[in-house]
Amino acid sequence: MSNNFAPGDSVKVRQTHPPGHRRTPYYIRGKVGQIERVCGDFPNPEELAYGFDGLPKKTLYRVRFRQKDVWENYSGAETDTVDVDIYEHWLLPA
Amino acid sequence: MAEERGAHEHNHDHDHDLTFQPNIEDSEPGLYELMTYAIRELLIEKDHLTPEELRLAQEKVESLERSDGSKVIAKAWSDPDYKQRLLDDGNAALAELGIDAGAAKMTVVENTEKVQNVVVCTLCSCYPRAVLGMPPDWYRSKSYRSRVVIEPREVLKEFGTVLPEGKTVRVHDSLADLRYLVIPQRPEGTDDWNEEQLAAIVTRDTMVGVTNPSVS
Repeated sequence: MSNNFAPGDSVKVRQTHPPGHRRTPYYIRGKVGQIERVCGDFPNPEELAYGFDGLPKKTLYRVRFRQKDVWENYSGAETDTVDVDIYEHWLLPA
Repeated sequence: MAEERGAHEHNHDHDHDLTFQPNIEDSEPGLYELMTYAIRELLIEKDHLTPEELRLAQEKVESLERSDGSKVIAKAWSDPDYKQRLLDDGNAALAELGIDAGAAKMTVVENTEKVQNVVVCTLCSCYPRAVLGMPPDWYRSKSYRSRVVIEPREVLKEFGTVLPEGKTVRVHDSLADLRYLVIPQRPEGTDDWNEEQLAAIVTRDTMVGVTNPSVS
């Protein structure tokens, strides 16, 4: 499976609210961050949750967000970050 | 009050009003708990699993201990090459010590002078059980899960960990298939310690990143 993103790429998390078992938390939807690393391909947990085989596998990324970009009134340091593991189908180029 | 409680003879079989230990089975089971019981019973009834197999699996999970994690960190502190392997490929480096991290991708992050790493699972309670055993109650609490991602410095303060302004806090939200292990900073004054001595100061909470090891 080819990776659509590489470390350092800017990505935007889809701002969407599909029903069902989703592994992308609400607080990070719509936010822009950078790919920190490509974690590999895994069976899609959003399908596995319902007894499907989760195939084809989906590429998982670790995405790093600046806390200041995630929370409007973040009180910590400029350099503080939150890393979230997100599947490719949740990411758009930014 | 305490004196009054202790004042009478302690030869009766009693509860003082109420004990402080909540009885976990006192509340009515919720819908999902009932569904879990139903599925359990069906699996047994249809001969997919025996009660003994279920019990054994539960016992195995609950008997995993954080001491494995402490050994891993002590080795990483003592052997820079091993630390690098751990950072590069957590699962392979853990396997060297006979630890099977399973299908989850073990992602090891290192605390430094400049960076403090903190682990959370905001959705549930994903936790590196293979190396740390069962997560503590606070890790599963809604309060920790919702707050540490928004105000990590304040939450760490409540754990007694005050971070200097200039230090970067990296929160790791472990949501899908990654599991995180933090390599804490090796404290000063431990240069001549062996791995066993080092492992003794690597407590569970230091490997989640809410506190740092110290030499008392």
